[in-house]
Amino acid sequence: MQRVDLFPTHEYGGYKLRAGRPYPFGATVVGNAVNFSIYSRYATDCTLVLFHNHDKTPFLEIPFFKEFRLGNVFSMMVFDLDYENIEYGYRMDGPFAPRQGHRFDKTKILMDPYAKLIAGRDVWGKEPDWINNYQYRSRVVFDDFDWENDLPLETPVNDLVIYEMHVRNFTCGDKAGVKHPGTFAGIAEKIPYLKELGVNCIELMPIHEFDEFENSRPAPDGHTLYNAWGYSNVGFFAPKAAYASTGKYSMQVDELKNLIKKLHAEGIEVILDVVFNHTAEGNENGPYISYRGIDNKTYYMLTQDGYYFNFSGCGNTLNCNNPNVRDMIVDSLRYWVTDYHVDGFRFDLAAILGRDQNGYPMANPPLLESLAHDPILGKTKLIAEAWDAGGLYQVGSFPSWGRWAEWNGKFRDAVRRFVKGDEHVLDDVKERITGSADLYASANRGIKASVNFVTAHDGFTMMDLVSYDGKHNEANGEGNRDGDDNNNSWNCGWEGESTDIGTNFLRHKQIKNFISILMTSQGIPMVLSGDEIGNTQFGNNNAYCQDNEISWLDWKNLEKNADIFNYFQKIIKFRRQHKALRYEYHLGHSDWRNLGMPDFSWHGVKAWQPWNTYNNLTQAFMLNGRYADSDGKPDDFIYVAMNMHWEMHGFELPQLPDGLKWHVFANTAMAAPQDIVEPGYEILIDNQWEVLVEARSIMILVGK
Amino acid sequence: MSTKVYKTGERLDSSNAATEQPKILAILDGGDNVVIDLSGCNYVSSAGLRVLLYSYKVAAPKGLKVSLAGVSSEIRDVMEMTGFDKFFEFYATAEEACKE
Repeated sequence: MQRVDLFPTHEYGGYKLRAGRPYPFGATVVGNAVNFSIYSRYATDCTLVLFHNHDKTPFLEIPFFKEFRLGNVFSMMVFDLDYENIEYGYRMDGPFAPRQGHRFDKTKILMDPYAKLIAGRDVWGKEPDWINNYQYRSRVVFDDFDWENDLPLETPVNDLVIYEMHVRNFTCGDKAGVKHPGTFAGIAEKIPYLKELGVNCIELMPIHEFDEFENSRPAPDGHTLYNAWGYSNVGFFAPKAAYASTGKYSMQVDELKNLIKKLHAEGIEVILDVVFNHTAEGNENGPYISYRGIDNKTYYMLTQDGYYFNFSGCGNTLNCNNPNVRDMIVDSLRYWVTDYHVDGFRFDLAAILGRDQNGYPMANPPLLESLAHDPILGKTKLIAEAWDAGGLYQVGSFPSWGRWAEWNGKFRDAVRRFVKGDEHVLDDVKERITGSADLYASANRGIKASVNFVTAHDGFTMMDLVSYDGKHNEANGEGNRDGDDNNNSWNCGWEGESTDIGTNFLRHKQIKNFISILMTSQGIPMVLSGDEIGNTQFGNNNAYCQDNEISWLDWKNLEKNADIFNYFQKIIKFRRQHKALRYEYHLGHSDWRNLGMPDFSWHGVKAWQPWNTYNNLTQAFMLNGRYADSDGKPDDFIYVAMNMHWEMHGFELPQLPDGLKWHVFANTAMAAPQDIVEPGYEILIDNQWEVLVEARSIMILVGK
Repeated sequence: MSTKVYKTGERLDSSNAATEQPKILAILDGGDNVVIDLSGCNYVSSAGLRVLLYSYKVAAPKGLKVSLAGVSSEIRDVMEMTGFDKFFEFYATAEEACKE
């Protein structure tokens, strides 16, 4: 059967047209036509502008006839377009009245906010033609990727081990050993490495189209500083072309989908770091890319006199709780799940998503509620960075409807302080290790709401956390004023790289202490890419602008710091083998099933006496594996002795039920390879009553 | 069932996808395997890749094979990165493909 509603009714400039379908927004192939649809509440007229690929001047501009407008939507079908070889944009007419919030300018050619393919920055670092008056160019996408039987994996959130990575930094560095460095294809080549490490989820720093040349400038030493991290969206529906080796052929969509399909085949999920809090258009002095010229008053939070609110710290704030913008965000997220099979999202500066149109925090933000209950996102991981640059800090109080997890910044701070030897943080660190019940026990959130981490892209890498007392951001060109001063770091006695064997041993041990606590804590652990090979940024704790050796993983470190990689690999495996480390809801700290011992218990240097500590720096905990049975088979007992004190101490061991013995899995005080064993091959200890834990060391025992 | 060779031109893209596709499908309709000879082709676009994959999708349920011959290393590389390679067997020449 042929459809009867696909006959042209109009003609313009040699192209046949008819009134389009308002929904879906964007450019959609329908039969032998492309349906263009865009909304603007305040525009008076709209023109579709068509270019041959890369041309500076359009070959045709088609006005939307009056009968092509329904409500506030302009839609039109254009027949027989060679859509693989065209780029399109819009001109919008309407008032230019900034004090009323309107900035229409029909001299500007605007990108489609729903563009699923964006050209103009196809090859990373290739200087754009700044004279071109259409920089970010919408294209029509081929969206018929063959997924075969792939779907999002729906791994239980409490089983995840997340690996946060940047597309370029992961494989641009020395000895990365890939054919296509810095691209989606490069990550695909590294899948065997990720499998070997044992993570089952990668979290990609922003991969929506952005402009690495936004605010690019020369550094003090002459090299170019870029917007390398990409926390500044050009579009919300298109992948970053220059992150694809095939971007120059406009095949970035297929390349990214292929990466996700391959990761899924190996059991690895994909979470996208999404930036819905602002756009790359900046403040009133910024460029016209799309939103500003299409419907400024709809897309942005504006002050009463038409200036941009700046809760993002980046010049503007997306008007997330405007109903139309809210719909766009939902459409975007649904698109990434349905078309890209993405498993989850981490929302940058998510507190902004809960502000009303005047910037005030809402009790029940409709956007967040919509996302929590959205049917397509029903099994999608939703993770909030629960603060913003406007001072709203919602760790533990982010509106969740039982669905939202959070980056637990308090875990990071407490664990950093504890491991460096801060005597005032024990109570706090105990909350963090047990899944932050103080933050997440209410509202049916549970342990699964807590994404635990020690390091993330913001701040020091783990190696730098133990190598620098202060940040060293001179290369960023701001006189070392940028970046956080509150790092809770300790350089282990020498600032920066050291050749001293003792210093380096202590640093490696501290790294192993961090990862030991992270992997034995309740909550979802997140590892920063490169920490497993002791990656350094040379003390730079804000490397957003560094597309060079400062940020790129130096894969020579895999050999140099083989002991760190080995430790990470084994402790990740240990976590994934022990259900007792991966509870979904908070523990009772009692023997509520009468299994002989509590599900979880704290201990000091004396068993069952957690108060018995040295300087609040000696503490142990035990998980009763009988509470973590699966298929009727109980897990092992796990005992973790943490001595962050600067002297060695004996830890009296809690006695196991008859028939079970304590075995050593890890001891960070030991030199590799005696520091950790293959999970399942733990070594029986002679003295079942006490272990000696060296200064600043952790021992992990298994009772079996 | 025999194998027939279909040789493309210098490009396989939206400019000729609509005309090339039916010719390949006609061979499959005749119950023959197809070797698509790309030895003279130096560019395959997104639309072109879909011509190849669509041919495979039509062939597979019929128990027929679509093989690719003479694919340049650059095109092969693009196919690998975008996942289109996994549906095909590749041969250096059409003759070699026919022997298989």
